[in-house]
Amino acid sequence: MSEISQAQPDYNYKVVRQFTIMTIVWGIIGMGLGAFIAAQLFAPALNFDTPWLTFSRLRPLHTNAVIFAFGGCALFATSYYIVQRTSQVRLFSDKLAAFTFWGWQAVIVAAVVTLPFGITASKEYAELEWPIDILITLVWLAYIINFFGTIIIRKVSHIYVANWFLGAFMLTVAVLHIGNSMAIPVSFTKSYSLYAGAVDAMMQWWYGHNAVGFFLTAGFLGMMYYFVPKQAGRPVYSYRLSIIHFWALISLYIWAGPHHLHYTALPDWTQSLGMVMSVILFVPSWGGMINGIMTLSGAWHKLRTDPVLRFLIVSLSFYGMSTFEGPMMAIKTVNALSHYTDWTIGHVHSGALGWVAMVSIGSIYHLIPVLFGQRAMYSTKLVNVHFWLATIGVVLYIVAMWMSGVLQGLMWRAVNADGTLTYSFVESLEASYPFYVVRFIGGVFVVAGMLVMAYNTWKTVRAPKGSIAPEPAAQAA
Amino acid sequence: MTTFWTIWISVITLGLIIGCFFLLRWALANKTGVPEGESMGHAFDGIEEINNQLPRWWTILFYITIVWGFIYLALYPGLGAYQGLLGWKSSNQGVLSLEESAQARADAKEEGLLVEYDRELDKAADVYDPIFEEYAKVPVEELVNDPEAVKIGQRLFLQNCAQCHGSDARGANVGFPNLTDDDWLYGGSGAKIKETLMLGRRPIMPAWIDAMGEQGIKETVAYVLSLSGREQEPEMTALIDAGKARFMVCAACHGMDGKGNQMLGAPNLTDNVWLYGSTEQSVTDTLTYGRNGVMPSFKKTLGDDKIHVVATYVYSLSH
Repeated sequence: MSEISQAQPDYNYKVVRQFTIMTIVWGIIGMGLGAFIAAQLFAPALNFDTPWLTFSRLRPLHTNAVIFAFGGCALFATSYYIVQRTSQVRLFSDKLAAFTFWGWQAVIVAAVVTLPFGITASKEYAELEWPIDILITLVWLAYIINFFGTIIIRKVSHIYVANWFLGAFMLTVAVLHIGNSMAIPVSFTKSYSLYAGAVDAMMQWWYGHNAVGFFLTAGFLGMMYYFVPKQAGRPVYSYRLSIIHFWALISLYIWAGPHHLHYTALPDWTQSLGMVMSVILFVPSWGGMINGIMTLSGAWHKLRTDPVLRFLIVSLSFYGMSTFEGPMMAIKTVNALSHYTDWTIGHVHSGALGWVAMVSIGSIYHLIPVLFGQRAMYSTKLVNVHFWLATIGVVLYIVAMWMSGVLQGLMWRAVNADGTLTYSFVESLEASYPFYVVRFIGGVFVVAGMLVMAYNTWKTVRAPKGSIAPEPAAQAA
Repeated sequence: MTTFWTIWISVITLGLIIGCFFLLRWALANKTGVPEGESMGHAFDGIEEINNQLPRWWTILFYITIVWGFIYLALYPGLGAYQGLLGWKSSNQGVLSLEESAQARADAKEEGLLVEYDRELDKAADVYDPIFEEYAKVPVEELVNDPEAVKIGQRLFLQNCAQCHGSDARGANVGFPNLTDDDWLYGGSGAKIKETLMLGRRPIMPAWIDAMGEQGIKETVAYVLSLSGREQEPEMTALIDAGKARFMVCAACHGMDGKGNQMLGAPNLTDNVWLYGSTEQSVTDTLTYGRNGVMPSFKKTLGDDKIHVVATYVYSLSH
């Protein structure tokens, strides 16, 4: 089959290059913001008494920037690349591709402009106001048409598993975004949700959890299914495993939202269903990890020399860890301890920094030399430095949050012999201080890694085409 | 919930889980037509896929979670209106008032339902209520000598009162009284403190801008500030005198001497203790726009006996 890839069609790499570069730019901004607000949690004076620098305004900007700007650009870049390469055909439409790029950047800039000024729909991960929501919908429809258009005109008979995941991610995110963002506008910058009370909460977490499930899991599994076998130079471990874990994952994930609303006004039956589906979901989630990691069998030695592969495999380990942790936290009894504590924050970041960011970074290190006509990154050593900065940063972050979270959970439920609570809220906050400092240090490591990546990318892009040869260490691999 | 929706939910839920089961059986049986461990025969950009069997431990885990899912849905509410074999509920959902809540609690007990929240409340009442009942028998002025009672009162205070009055009970100059200075708006006896906690307070200072005008407010503020013995510039004398004449209307609540009235919760203006701040600006704001204080009632949330202990702690702060 390799003769097909010798005669490559004229792929549209321009849009891939644009999204790839913006992934790094938004990554630095989004993670930098995260580190900044992490510092505010132990040094509140850092908001300088300025409303738009307060935690409450910058936190949604941080989440939007890392999920939709950094993660979104990474998904656009890799999906446009994967769908062309695995369909052996140029993108369906260059114009739509350009529209998705500029449209998506406009959405992000609009977020940067509105959120710090307190213009918000106040729905978590769906804060952007209705005019921006409409722009998102248009960009997303263009994306779907372009992606599936390319699938339709493909030159190979089958559709590769990466494209199943990417397709599921796109379709479901469209449904989620439109469903949850339904609102009645009262002015250009203010709208009210169409839903009220418990229904609103249910819609919000149906959206919120599936933003995790389809945007941050299915989409990035698509990325994984291309870049892991490609970078390892090995076939995918099990075709049948990919089928069952795909269908089970997408059908179970959509139910999991209510586990964000345990012991609330949400009807009991809804909570139970959310919990049952979340727990079963654990198994298909691990299907993806097994398929990714086992793909490496027979090529484990490559991990010694190839830091890009190391990024990809460690990301799968974090993926496995957080998809075990998630179903466990969805169990009511565990949730009673973990909910509303920093444990949740730790869980999210082991997924976001450990899985999403690392698989994206690994994929982008694979992509940049291909996109900019080089045979390798400017410095493999710096990729390795980035790998260690990222890994140490993530571990510091999540361990700090686990400890802080469990401590908070235990302090909040501690009761004296007379039935009064042992600790006040402020005491639990005081106890969290040291962990907040460690979390910040972890965040700084991660951001530092991104800056190293930016420098390495800059040097790779600026070098004369074809001038960078793979380093001897990487060649040996 | 109608029967239709219960069937709808059950069919989709169970269908999905059963679907996962059959998908698993299908994958295990290898119906692909490709021998195990060999390539599927198609490549994508050079990537091949091997037709490997599913890992055994993973398959077993899948079976276990599916079986567990069925058991859980049989025991607990999940399939629409079906209540579950255990008769378990997290709480009496859908009640809209404390009366409805009490009724639902009684009904659930009669039906033998396991309402988790009710059970926890009952258990807490059994264990802890006797402790507070004992304390409630001792008057606040005596109970204050029991360090354990004061400590319990402090904990309750930190959970319920510190949000406004501060964890040191010194309040804040935005209308939250300092409780440590023995300066009382409504009286500082044990009985009065309890009354405040039980019923709440709604002090109102009316706005005077319409009646007095800006000049009138200025004069009155000058006089009010002079009451607490602050040093005044000599040229202020005229203003203060004019304000004194205007104070007649204020005296209705604050008294002719400005020493306030605990019957009405009208603050003493002569002791240099300021509920909303002592600056000329904040006193001007108070007179111009008026103030509305809110001390909520804790009767329904804490109950008589716990309030008795909280009152003891508050009493202890200035005694």
